[in-house]
Amino acid sequence: MIPLLRSEWTKFRTVRGWIAGSIVAILLTAGVGLLGAAGSVRSCEGPNGNVCPEIPIGPGGQAVVDRFSFYHRALPGDGSITARVTGVSGVITYPPPGHDRIVPGVVPWAKVGVMVKRDLTQGSAYAAVMVTGDHGTRMQDDFVNDLAAGRDPWVRLSRTGDVLTGATSADGRSWRVVATTRLAGPAVIGLFAASPCDVTLGQGSLGGVVGACRLTNVTGRFEDVSVEGAAGTWTHDDVGGEPGAPSLSVGSARDWGSAVQLTGSGDVAPAGVDGGAVIERTLSGVTIGLIAVIVVAVLFVTVEYRRGLIGATLAATPGRTGILPAKAAVVAAVTFAGGLVAAAIAVPAGLRLMRANDNAIAPVTTLTGVRVIVGTAALLAVTAVLALAMGAIFRRSAAAVIATILLVLLPQLLATASVIPVAAAEWLLRLTPAAGFAIQQSIPAYPQVEDYSVPALGYYPLPPWGGFAVTCLYAAAALGAAIVLLRRRDA
Amino acid sequence: MDATVAVNGLRKRFGATRALDDMTFTVRPGTVTGFVGPNGAGKSTTMRIVVGLDRPDAGSALVGGVAYRTLKRPLTHVGALLDASALQPSRTGRHHLLWLAHSQGLGTRRVDEVLGLVGLEPAARRKAGGYSLGMRQRLGIAAALLGDPPVLLFDEPFNGLDPDGIVWIRGLLRSLAADGRAVLVSSHLMSELQDVAGHLVVAGRGRVVADRDVEDLIAAASDGRVGVRTTAREDAMEALARAGATVTVTGPDTLTVAGLPGAGTVAALTAAGVPFAEVSAHRATLEEAYMELTRESVEFR
Repeated sequence: MIPLLRSEWTKFRTVRGWIAGSIVAILLTAGVGLLGAAGSVRSCEGPNGNVCPEIPIGPGGQAVVDRFSFYHRALPGDGSITARVTGVSGVITYPPPGHDRIVPGVVPWAKVGVMVKRDLTQGSAYAAVMVTGDHGTRMQDDFVNDLAAGRDPWVRLSRTGDVLTGATSADGRSWRVVATTRLAGPAVIGLFAASPCDVTLGQGSLGGVVGACRLTNVTGRFEDVSVEGAAGTWTHDDVGGEPGAPSLSVGSARDWGSAVQLTGSGDVAPAGVDGGAVIERTLSGVTIGLIAVIVVAVLFVTVEYRRGLIGATLAATPGRTGILPAKAAVVAAVTFAGGLVAAAIAVPAGLRLMRANDNAIAPVTTLTGVRVIVGTAALLAVTAVLALAMGAIFRRSAAAVIATILLVLLPQLLATASVIPVAAAEWLLRLTPAAGFAIQQSIPAYPQVEDYSVPALGYYPLPPWGGFAVTCLYAAAALGAAIVLLRRRDA
Repeated sequence: MDATVAVNGLRKRFGATRALDDMTFTVRPGTVTGFVGPNGAGKSTTMRIVVGLDRPDAGSALVGGVAYRTLKRPLTHVGALLDASALQPSRTGRHHLLWLAHSQGLGTRRVDEVLGLVGLEPAARRKAGGYSLGMRQRLGIAAALLGDPPVLLFDEPFNGLDPDGIVWIRGLLRSLAADGRAVLVSSHLMSELQDVAGHLVVAGRGRVVADRDVEDLIAAASDGRVGVRTTAREDAMEALARAGATVTVTGPDTLTVAGLPGAGTVAALTAAGVPFAEVSAHRATLEEAYMELTRESVEFR
């Protein structure tokens, strides 16, 4: 295998066109991505002038939404809060189909319940047990963690040391623990209400996604509220509230002693599409660079057929089985290295350009950033293997290039340009080799957020490595078929 | 390794065309075996099957007793020039040999050796797309010699060579055979193999028409014939015909006489008073032998 690898590498490096093609692929991938990043400008108009608001960052480093109505006291040490949610009602503005009335109603992810939070600054750590509009009783903490907890009306959070325990109960006597989390030090404890906007997603008449987000609020009625270990008086705050906000989004609390009624709007959740530009925006050149990669990989094998050189290759390795794996290894290694260079330039340089244009960037962990960059290189490499296999199957350059583009790029373009229905787009991104583009998605779609999580906005139906595995399967299957054909067919 | 190529009962169809129909012969070491026949006789297909490029429908082709496809580092066992134009035009000749060498675990030193052997050093670092047909033939021969193999197959190696090149390749073929290698050389022109081939396999319509040593062949074709050189060709022909001989004109002042021994020829010419410069035992050319052979084979059918 080593002589074969060396031989195929010698073949590759001694044709100037292929080296040039690989460099073109790098330049296209990085260059187009940077152009796109340079053209991305954000401007904001608001009560504070043309300054874009800061996007709050949660304890996990993600961009978050942290805007809700909070009726609270201080919690210096151990303590607990217990309440029974006896009513959830709300208002939805201008819902479909007419979009012409303000109606009573509760959106599925409206939340009312008990919360312990580090402090009142947006993005600070918290844990909450809540009753939702349509998703039952749940425990959530630190924006990203979400657990279903039946449909009980009684909710409780208690802290011992730095361990916070959430529990639910049907009757207020027997309690079932949902989960525990940690939150040490002084905190605030109380009741909260939040109601995210009512999301609909439509298709534009010329393709493209038209999203709409209509203001809502929710009113929770709490009875049997009891607090232990708290200090100070009950206070109401609209966390993250802005001056001049529409009146419907302004929260309020009414306390009769035996019952509390709390109204609020907003959400306590990961930010979704509002969390700033995603880092993969800087990698828009990959689809163009991929074409150059496909052409080079296809030619690496089809040129041998066109020139009759395949006879020399097969006579030198009559066992034949190892030839295509060796070629694939060479093409994959070259493409991976080139892709890594391109992505490692495009992402940091692109982000720098975007920040210079006042764009907020959705923050990601280093690991996610590395995954996006390395994954992009790996996706290019695997696509190159697929293209090479197509070249060996078709033995014709044009047919193989077209087939690979139809398999990989066309589904990706169709799905993300939203010229087809969302469901069809998502199936394309599950079933075709385009699924691998999921490796570039830096911000996951969270189930606890009603969001525009559609392919057109960069959300893939499969998880990053799951989608990548689909592309790998296609490449492996095509390579396997190509090996069988090469062994079976006359040269 | 036993340096013989044993082709046994090969059959191959390409669609409706029958390319090989029970092709059987053996190539032995130490001599050049000429593989001749008209275009389409199945010479190239046979060679492609020997090196495992095409799969026969029936029969076998063994190199040193084993199938080519099972050989490790096959170019050290068999070197083949099948299609000199099979090159990547943008790759240099030296790099073409280099990837081949690397596939056999050989290095640059051997590449430079064979480049010297075929006299291609000056052009070695130029792109092969600019090579003349003769240079491509030399590069193809260099590729065949790369692994220093005991068995060599050359398909139409004389194509595109200038007279100097033809002289060179004849010398090369003879010296390769003298090293004890088995050398199979195909050609559609008998004259190219004159004084080179020690053995001849004649193919026609996918099968072997004749498989003979060249010496036997020429002896048989020359059998009992006498060559006469005379300035009085007409008189000589009349005198010899009268003596009962069959006379063929082979040149402006040469005749070939059959049916009359040398002494009888001299007697007949002297008796008729015809002047002559030379009477000698006739030695047939390979081409004449070939014509004789194919004439026979037509009669046999």
